[in-house]
Amino acid sequence: MTLSEFITSLPGDVDFDQPLECIPYAMFLGLRLRRVSGCLVTVMRFSEDLIGSPMPPAIHGGTIGALLETAAVIQTASAMAAAHLPKTIDLSIDYLRPGQPGKDCHAQAHITRMGNRFANVQVEAWQDDRSAPIALARMNLQVAGR
Amino acid sequence: MKFRPELFLTRSPHNAALGLLLDHMGPDKVTLELPYQEKLVGDPETGVISGGAVSSIMDTACGLAVYAKLDEFRAISTLDLRIDYLRPATPRQSILVTAECYRLTRHVAFVRAIAFHRDQPEQVAHASAVFSVSALTMVEMAAKRDKNTK
Repeated sequence: MTLSEFITSLPGDVDFDQPLECIPYAMFLGLRLRRVSGCLVTVMRFSEDLIGSPMPPAIHGGTIGALLETAAVIQTASAMAAAHLPKTIDLSIDYLRPGQPGKDCHAQAHITRMGNRFANVQVEAWQDDRSAPIALARMNLQVAGR
Repeated sequence: MKFRPELFLTRSPHNAALGLLLDHMGPDKVTLELPYQEKLVGDPETGVISGGAVSSIMDTACGLAVYAKLDEFRAISTLDLRIDYLRPATPRQSILVTAECYRLTRHVAFVRAIAFHRDQPEQVAHASAVFSVSALTMVEMAAKRDKNTK
């Protein structure tokens, strides 16, 4: 199943929690997609392999970037009815707090503007305190035109 | 403690899991290679390495460039990272990133990086990053954090 097919197959009106088996890299990172109270949330389950700096221990910033990007692509694809996947043009990440080992990371994306050719998306990542995000991202994705 | 790049790649669990290799090292510039592996693929239909994996190698290469310039294991932390994706990566090819720390102040390091394929002139991505630089070494920073959480 492709990511496109996966997104169109998601149940429309119930909460769910599924691994992103269609993307090998997402499985490598331990990403899951959940719908919680109607909102899509991408979760990166903690594993020791996600640690970047061993001292002091912190989750690798690149994995947090990948989590943010995946959340944005899925949110945008879902809004496009996943006719095809959007393409990331640029990505800007602000790292606010270190990702603490032993805790899952969560990301939720919000489409600030869906145009005919481009979508602008903002994403937040947090661990156990939604009001203290660990990272924010802003992305432009191309949604049409080959 | 003087900076040894191989430690940064082997002792970091995620860098080791990615299989990152040191290609070249200079006084303020570093080139890393991310070997092609099936587990890094974003879209199995194309066999192209995921953009997320590119952001990981960009972040690591930029941090290494700061360490190269500092020449010691001070505690550093990414403040922000911007990536422009110029073209899709070529399927089944490894990705190289060259990162250069072009300005280092007492508190901040500025880095630029490019991602490309070996022997191909077209660039895959550009990045710029800003890092905070601590006066503490990584060991001192870890001890300070442990003390604060007790």
